[in-house]
Amino acid sequence: MKRIKQIALGTAVALGVGISGLATTTVAQAEDSNYVPLLTYRTGPFAASGIHIANGMHDYLKMLNERDGGIGGVKLELEECETGYNAQKGVECYEATKGKGALVYNPYSTGITLQLIPKAGVDKIPVLSMGYGLSAAAVGSTFPWVFNVPDTYWDGASVVIKYIGEQEGGLDNLKGKKIGYIFLDAGYGREPIPLLEQLAEKYGFELLQYPVGVKEMQNQSSQWLNVRRDRPDYMVMWGWGAMNPTAIKEAVKIRFPMDKFIGVWWSAGDDDAAAGGEGAKGYKAMNFSGVGSDFPALDDIKKHVIDAGLSSTDAGSIGGTLYNRGVLNSVIIAEGIRTAQELTGKKVITGADMRMGLEALDLDEARLKELGLAGFAHPMKVTCDDHAGSHPVFIQEWDGKQWRQASGWIEPMTDIVRPLLEAAAAEYAQKNAPWPERTEPCPN
Amino acid sequence: MLYDIFIDPFVQMYDMPDFFLQVLWEGFVAGILYALIALGFVLIFKASGVFNFAQGIMVVFAGLTLVGLNENGVPAYLALALTIGAMGILAYGVERVVMRPLVNQPDIILLMATIGLTYFLIGFGEFVFGGEPKQMITEELGLPTGSTAIEFGERGLIILQHIDIAAAVIAVLMVAALGVFFNKTRIGRALRAVADDHQAALSVGISLNQIWAIVWFAAGLVALATGIMWGARSDVSFALEIVAFKALPVLILGGFTSIPGAIVGGLIIGFGEKIGELYWGGLVGGGIESWLAYIIALIFLLFRPQGLFGERIIERV
Repeated sequence: MKRIKQIALGTAVALGVGISGLATTTVAQAEDSNYVPLLTYRTGPFAASGIHIANGMHDYLKMLNERDGGIGGVKLELEECETGYNAQKGVECYEATKGKGALVYNPYSTGITLQLIPKAGVDKIPVLSMGYGLSAAAVGSTFPWVFNVPDTYWDGASVVIKYIGEQEGGLDNLKGKKIGYIFLDAGYGREPIPLLEQLAEKYGFELLQYPVGVKEMQNQSSQWLNVRRDRPDYMVMWGWGAMNPTAIKEAVKIRFPMDKFIGVWWSAGDDDAAAGGEGAKGYKAMNFSGVGSDFPALDDIKKHVIDAGLSSTDAGSIGGTLYNRGVLNSVIIAEGIRTAQELTGKKVITGADMRMGLEALDLDEARLKELGLAGFAHPMKVTCDDHAGSHPVFIQEWDGKQWRQASGWIEPMTDIVRPLLEAAAAEYAQKNAPWPERTEPCPN
Repeated sequence: MLYDIFIDPFVQMYDMPDFFLQVLWEGFVAGILYALIALGFVLIFKASGVFNFAQGIMVVFAGLTLVGLNENGVPAYLALALTIGAMGILAYGVERVVMRPLVNQPDIILLMATIGLTYFLIGFGEFVFGGEPKQMITEELGLPTGSTAIEFGERGLIILQHIDIAAAVIAVLMVAALGVFFNKTRIGRALRAVADDHQAALSVGISLNQIWAIVWFAAGLVALATGIMWGARSDVSFALEIVAFKALPVLILGGFTSIPGAIVGGLIIGFGEKIGELYWGGLVGGGIESWLAYIIALIFLLFRPQGLFGERIIERV
């Protein structure tokens, strides 16, 4: 009897663990709905960033369900799968959900994205890595199933250098300067290094690299002592999760001038900057999604989702940088579905239809306004050849309490970036031969 | 190349003495913090022979309980007292639910049990506190913030963070208190007896269960101190659990059963990895401290396989 009890208890626990792995909002896919799996991480070392993104993504799509009955009259079925920012778990989530009619995957990890890229074309499900992942995937002729609109990391790296050049009175004045690059020592942080090295050679500045291992995210005193000794003129950060607040605290600690410390758009969280206290004033970060909560669509999220108790989001976090980033990600998903429905005439679409919808994405100012998101993002357009679009980004600055926009929209150096992206795409195809030739028709 | 390895680092130390002193200070602070984490492992290993895989998550759990209570309106010092109480309940629970049923099981079973405890505490902690990072209530606890800059020579500057000074003082006090507890109190002597020989300790009437609960509670208090200090340096989140692995080379070096070993080992690793990273790391592209600590520990092991202060094990065959 005791043994039976033990087995029953063990089975219950095992089932509990299994079920909790797939934290479902709604579970099974119905034939009259469009199924969108969300690969998220609300636990682990990167939860600090992942929770806000997950909330933003979930809440916007949920709001469309509640307010509009879905997209084109068809409800969205949402299912979150916890990856913990772990590539292996991410692939497990992909394999567990792809058979349910998944329209698109948003891995929210460069490591997971790299794993899914070869699978996308085989399973006919596009990967949307919004502003992250493999930069070369912007080349649509080589990667028809991968989208990294609105920008690649190489676009972002070129914007940072361009902005620093502006501060110094022109890119030519970068000659002889030292620019430090502190980064998460993973696929994500290493991704922009080839471009930064190219730009260092072109403009004559010295690039100093400070890798931060995942295990050292909260223990960065060595990296910042190196910064103190090297005395770089500017610091650029590609951090995520617990790395960001620790880096900002350490920069404050060594009295690095915060107005010369610029993070990528993933080092732009409210919690990241707030951790540095008063000393973090002046810290800057790139951004391509709206600042604040003064947008009608966000009001609708509050009314239809949060106030209705359909979300785990705290109302106070609406408008935070990373929350808004999650919302923008879902806007792209939703517009991709809507465009696919228009192109195919179908209400319930497939991954292949979604790929066409994303490739024909044209989110102009009028459409943003119609969505209640005027000024929330720069208008963005995807073409068959360019899946990123190299759209402008702006610099925001932390004033001690909140972010404020500190620059106009800055165009990436497409003349430098694009040829390098094409060369990198060709190299990827060669290394992964036989990489399939594009056969997918262009919807534009 | 030989110049870069054997000459240049020492020239740098001589040319920038303020920076070298800053590196030594950072190494000292890091060493103290590593020693604090290692202490938690040592306490439990000494008393029960169990390598407590859950020590890292106990640091997170203690820190989150403290901050979480304060966020819910509990005054800081009351939250501190309640957190100490929570660590006591955890210790009692671990003894009753994990340790007692596994008495006399092989060590590997006990290790697996602490791995299970780790995942339980992660899940339970996320369920109660959520996964979002929290700011440590440093000022509310009366701990100092800010920094003091000491001018050194013409252009030199040494920056001392007040919280780092506090960490060093608290660590010293904690070690002294543990030293008194182990050497001067009845329970401390009983604990040492259990550590030496479970069977012999039982035969003279020492309650193994009581000792285990006490030692898990002591490890919980060390975890709380560690959580406060590490949390003040970054934030309190589940990422802190990873920091606990910094204690492994300290344990290899200092021995799993020695409190002085944890302290000395922590300091050697702290100084060694900072000096290594700052003066030799650049030769291989930086980022060497994560593995340098293990290299240092392994070099020591070549000469003292039982660790600096570990007990020499001689078995007749």
